[in-house]
Amino acid sequence: MTTILGINVFALLGQLLVGLINGSFYALLALGLAIIFGLLRIINFAQGALYMLGAFLAWLGLQQLGLNYWLALVLVPLAVGAIGILMERTLIRPIAGQDHLYSLLLTFGVALILQGAFNHWFGSSGQSYPIPDALKGGNNLGFMYLPTYRGWIILVSLVVCLATWWTIEKTRLGAYLRAGTENPQLLQGFGVNVPVMISLTFGFGVGLAGLAGVLAAPVYSVSADMGANLLIVVFAIVVIGGMGSIGGAILTGLAMGVIEGLTKYFYPQASSTVIFMVMVLVLLFKPAGLFGKEA
Amino acid sequence: MNTLVRSATAGLRLPLSQPHLGSALLLLAALLAPALIYPVFLMKFLCLALFACAFNLMLGFVGMLSFGHAAFLSTGGYVTGYLMINSGITPELGVLAGTAASALLGFLFGKLSVKREGIYFAMVTLALSQLVFFFYLQAPFTGGENGMQGIPRGHLFGLIDLSDNLAMYYFVLAVFLIGFGIIFRTIHSPFGQILTAIRENEPRAVSLGYNVRQYKLLAFVISAALAGMAGATKALVFELESLTDAHWHMSGEVVLMTLLGGMGTVFGPVVGAAILVAIATLFSGGELGNYIHIIMGFIFVTCVLAFRRGVVGEFGHFMHKNFPASGFGRPQ
Repeated sequence: MTTILGINVFALLGQLLVGLINGSFYALLALGLAIIFGLLRIINFAQGALYMLGAFLAWLGLQQLGLNYWLALVLVPLAVGAIGILMERTLIRPIAGQDHLYSLLLTFGVALILQGAFNHWFGSSGQSYPIPDALKGGNNLGFMYLPTYRGWIILVSLVVCLATWWTIEKTRLGAYLRAGTENPQLLQGFGVNVPVMISLTFGFGVGLAGLAGVLAAPVYSVSADMGANLLIVVFAIVVIGGMGSIGGAILTGLAMGVIEGLTKYFYPQASSTVIFMVMVLVLLFKPAGLFGKEA
Repeated sequence: MNTLVRSATAGLRLPLSQPHLGSALLLLAALLAPALIYPVFLMKFLCLALFACAFNLMLGFVGMLSFGHAAFLSTGGYVTGYLMINSGITPELGVLAGTAASALLGFLFGKLSVKREGIYFAMVTLALSQLVFFFYLQAPFTGGENGMQGIPRGHLFGLIDLSDNLAMYYFVLAVFLIGFGIIFRTIHSPFGQILTAIRENEPRAVSLGYNVRQYKLLAFVISAALAGMAGATKALVFELESLTDAHWHMSGEVVLMTLLGGMGTVFGPVVGAAILVAIATLFSGGELGNYIHIIMGFIFVTCVLAFRRGVVGEFGHFMHKNFPASGFGRPQ
């Protein structure tokens, strides 16, 4: 009973799992972009490069300092977030009054520098990062075999995404953030330190990319280009979902991962392009995006 | 409502008193250049300069940042290359076909993207061009990772053999001048004035009754067509079309050329292309090749932070400030 209606159930479920894992990364990266966009109105083109940096920092930590996976999972996102705050303070803030396209170009330049530097230091061939002992092996779920680490990725991504969504939509801190999105001057007038809030928000959004990088290190090979192509897919996802809501970014990210997984099973030739095609359809029928608020 | 280039528009335009003298000198220099400089280097520069000028028509004069212009450069190259290999048409018809194909692709891109503004427009064009990249990666006729090799240069009008580099150079120069002329006329036409009005204040243009999306779409098609013309010519020069031209790095490079030279200026992209081609040639091969993307990144960051007018824009601004009588940098 492995085939139903000519469909190999095990292969299909396997691709769905791969899709969910990819979707977990899409959701984390799209969430980071959405949070940063909400307050700063800029798209961080360096998000992919910072994801790569997160993976490399985890790998370097293990190689050079013997920093284990669990410590890396906590420390690396903090380090990447700190780098993000530094970037916001030194590079993005000076051009805050300029057209937002300049900040896109600026972060694109930062991405080129980071990718070029890591390409120069470590070459283009990937480095491998061992799966931590506690997450090795897998479970037979009866209908499919689930490697523990892959389940872990989905779990961490879902927990982080939901916690972020809950914080922004349901807590007082989130209310400040949403107020800052609507009207930063007024919020400043109420005594909230908006510049510090902007820095921390940027740091958090970028830290999510760092976290995604650490999660990705054991399953994808760690290389300088790992973030670049991923980021373009995430851009398409952002266009599909629209920038209207935090929940929209998470849902679209996961959904597109699953759609990509399904395509890999039914028509593998189109698996690398299906998300872009969905984007074309969305632009035709709902130009503002599925969850978008802007015209 | 696009303030992107408002500050950068005080660009270099030839002094009105002697525009013909300046143009004649530049043309003379272009005609004599192959005696001093390796023609293939010059041809590469001219193709990329045309590419950057075409891109600047959108960024500099309408304020639309396309991050997908590599799709048009490569489409021009692949279509022209395919026809030159398989149908034996003459090169001028091949270039025209490549230009037309890119114009059509530009129309499709434009239809989908002009609804979105600013950052969204950049993301949509980037994603669409990635779709085109994957198409060329998988399509059987492009040769995939190996590229489309052995594209013949052919005989111009069936008469002049272009396999000679000097003959090819003058063909490329002619293509560049035609493309540059089209851009120059477009900018200084009533249509170009409306584009500038859209860039300066889009809601105002809408309220004056202009169908802004149609104007943007037409600007997109012209820009894509000329980018395709540059790609078609480039494919003939190198007798090769590869995925490098379709990659998003190429879309980034053309943004950099325009930013570095001065967006919204007529000559800025040409100067930017010259600088980048020179840097790329200087660093090509050897250990230094690794640094090219790092250097490009630093130029990007420096330009955005401290040098937003670009080389030509800064020069025009300097001349206008210190020598107002010179006629440089007269605001449009």
